[in-house]
Amino acid sequence: MNLISKGFAGTLESGDIFIEIEKSEQPGIHIDLQSKVKNQYGKQIFSVITETLKENGITNVNVKAVDQGSLDCTIRARVTTAIYRGCGRTDYRWE
Amino acid sequence: MKNSAMREIPDYLLEKGEFSLYNPLITEGLKKKESLSSAERQKQSRKIISSLEKAVTLSGLRDGMTISFHHHFRDGDYVVNYVIDRLAEMGFKHLRLAASSLTNIHAPLIRHIQNHVIDSIETSGLRGELAEAISKGLMDIPVTFRSHGGRAYAVSSDQLHIDVAFLGAPSCDPFGNANGYSRDTEDTSACGSMGYARVDANYADKVIILTDHIVPYPNIPFGISQYQVDYIVEIPEIGDKNKIMSGATRYTNNPRDLLIAQKAVDVIAASGYFYDGFSLQTGSGGAALATTRFLREKMLARNIKANFALGGITGQIVKLHEEGLIKKLLDVQSFDLDAAESLKNNRFHQQIDANYYADPFSEGSVVNELDVVVLSALEVDTEFNVNVLTGSDGIIRGAIGGHQDTAAGAAFSIVVAPLTRGRNSSILDHVTTLTTPGDTVDVVVTDQGIAVNPLRPEIKERMKKAHIPLSTIEELKEKADKIVGIAEPLPFDDQVVGIVTYRDGSILDVIRKIRSDQ
Amino acid sequence: MKRLRRTMLFVPGNSPGMIRDAHIYGSDSIMFDLEDSVALGEKDAARHLVYQALKFIDYGNIEKVVRVNPLNTAYGKDDIEAMVCAGVDVIRLPKTETPQDILDTENAITEIEKKTGIEIGSTKMMAAIESALGVVNAYPIAISSKRLVGIALGAEDYTASLKTTRSLDGTELFFARSQIVVAARAAGIDAIDTVFSNLNDMETFEKEIRLIKQLGFDGKSVINPRQIDVVHKIFNPTEKEIEKALRILEAMREAETKGSGVVNLDGKMIDKPVLLRAERMIDMAIASGMYYPDDME
Repeated sequence: MNLISKGFAGTLESGDIFIEIEKSEQPGIHIDLQSKVKNQYGKQIFSVITETLKENGITNVNVKAVDQGSLDCTIRARVTTAIYRGCGRTDYRWE
Repeated sequence: MKNSAMREIPDYLLEKGEFSLYNPLITEGLKKKESLSSAERQKQSRKIISSLEKAVTLSGLRDGMTISFHHHFRDGDYVVNYVIDRLAEMGFKHLRLAASSLTNIHAPLIRHIQNHVIDSIETSGLRGELAEAISKGLMDIPVTFRSHGGRAYAVSSDQLHIDVAFLGAPSCDPFGNANGYSRDTEDTSACGSMGYARVDANYADKVIILTDHIVPYPNIPFGISQYQVDYIVEIPEIGDKNKIMSGATRYTNNPRDLLIAQKAVDVIAASGYFYDGFSLQTGSGGAALATTRFLREKMLARNIKANFALGGITGQIVKLHEEGLIKKLLDVQSFDLDAAESLKNNRFHQQIDANYYADPFSEGSVVNELDVVVLSALEVDTEFNVNVLTGSDGIIRGAIGGHQDTAAGAAFSIVVAPLTRGRNSSILDHVTTLTTPGDTVDVVVTDQGIAVNPLRPEIKERMKKAHIPLSTIEELKEKADKIVGIAEPLPFDDQVVGIVTYRDGSILDVIRKIRSDQ
Repeated sequence: MKRLRRTMLFVPGNSPGMIRDAHIYGSDSIMFDLEDSVALGEKDAARHLVYQALKFIDYGNIEKVVRVNPLNTAYGKDDIEAMVCAGVDVIRLPKTETPQDILDTENAITEIEKKTGIEIGSTKMMAAIESALGVVNAYPIAISSKRLVGIALGAEDYTASLKTTRSLDGTELFFARSQIVVAARAAGIDAIDTVFSNLNDMETFEKEIRLIKQLGFDGKSVINPRQIDVVHKIFNPTEKEIEKALRILEAMREAETKGSGVVNLDGKMIDKPVLLRAERMIDMAIASGMYYPDDME
């Protein structure tokens, strides 16, 4: 998919993660993560975000993530929502 | 031989040195006092010193000595910061600060530590900015953490020698009878029991009372008696009234805490320790405190009354007392204004000191008479070890309090915790910091399962009989891991920033410096 | 054994914190909401969130219900597709007015089940009736699909459509409640009552539960975990009731072994409906953890 604008999803409420994605001029996935559990779960959060982006064919992207103790399923949901919004598409794939 | 009253005393009575001859001129304190009226004497009490600085000088405080404080004013305390500011101005250095506990309000100590006014700290707990700074390596000498009972024992056995105690008191008369409230005036910032301060008053070399209410003599009942007090200093405010006198400890409305509390009460009711005449303590923390509410319903339903409640007394406990459901209250620390009011007004609400409460080696310690205690935890591990000191980020954010003491003393100890907090699991292979050994913990109650310590097979049987669904502690851990995933180890350095002692003063664990580059 | 539906906990579909813990409070069902509690601009986000939660969070044996947006909105079709794919137990359709509403939704579900290889008919449905027309059509709605496991009253919209307001004693809901219970019973499905939203008025809440239990409802939607136990306590049989039901069943067994067609208890003959009620009572007592048949006396 192709990012045509910034995509946002999520909130700053406890248990949620705020995601902002934007097309990057530099190739690759660049993630700026703020989280109180970065020491313990930073790697896991990075990998969930990266996987979700790749599954949707997003490869050159800047991600800002503000985590409030979210679980993996929440991260996946917020990143996916941000992707579809940023790509301006609604042809969701449910499996 | 004749004494100064010109009476003939046989010499042989004096030979062994057991007796001396009466002579009021050389024996200080024996001469008749001036013929002042009691009212005039109160006005001119020599214990009331015009400034803290003067009292400090009189106390003989020197660099390197140990000074002590209590935490009965909680987050409203002005005394610690006020005194240390003055001591810093007076040029004191290298002091050891031995507080019964320290809270969020004590962040200004950071500066005094950096300037070497304070070199080391003894406390039950640390919170807020000070705790974070210490976790990240602020101090060269590690903080010594002691339980309330452990501190009382350390002080009374001189493991922890206090040179000068600075004890804030909501009321004090001109001769030093001090208390956490006053029956003479409604105007005080009532903190209720002064249980921790009483230990310091008993054992410190010098005792300075700081008060904002000098009340008429005799200030009875007193928490600290006049014979223990050397100096009294009046200061404008001992603390923030609103924070000292936080109304009734609010019932939590957090549904998860209520769920845990309900489960804890079901466990108590099935434990075999829920009988007419039982005794209980509930620790701090939403779920632990909320057990009182559900316990009340159970007590009414089964027509059971408690003989006494210990602790940390709350307004909820007071309500049960006033309702006749708990006969007597033993109060080392009043958690809220309602508890303080009750201590003032209720005949069977008794103030006790920390030695009486939880000293492991004294001839009488109430924790040893306790049936049931409900305690909170930040983390529990599969050996039932508990951490109440450090958060899962490795930063100090709690206090041992009476946790070790009551877990060890009570016949039946319950530890309550949510299975997960945000993305952190409360049930781990190893707690970040060991504060309460697992062999003193009988049951762990979470919102998503209950585990009985295998050391208590009879408890497990009773739970089964009552159809309380049980898990093993390992199953609880797996359940939590499934939700949050496996955490990576925290980035600790080798430097030790805290020493966690057990009740006897032995080292149970250490807290290491957390790297702050993240 | 029949599934209990004493409580259905309402969980806003865009709140990760509430979604992750929805199952710990012991409600019989959880209803994730994609409809009224989700702002129009967040419909996509809530759908993704509930979809992921249903796929990855272990909710145990609790019935998972999702309230979708109606098919005549821009969101309904995506909602249904996502939730069926995620393995939801029950699709709850809001604002049901005619059997056709149910059939349209049923067709949408069937299409997705076919496409994804899910067993046809395994996704159940529940219809919320929230208007005068819906109440009038309660029975035709209740028998419109084999997927239907229950019909529920939505009182806020209903009272508005009646041009009245909600009162504490629920006078204005009396007809709708009775109509819905009768329709549900006639169709052999469950009847679920509307929410009670004033958390601080537990007294009126309890009165309302007693009322709807007496009317014949199977349970009630709840908006806060604190309401769950209150509903269960009133819906669960009392110890006395269980004791009596056990004695009736014991008398029945005795009569059977004697080969007698007449069941007597304390000198009174027990009628068939009383026997059936006793059986239901014991089933309910077992299901709600009030009675353990394996216990040795």
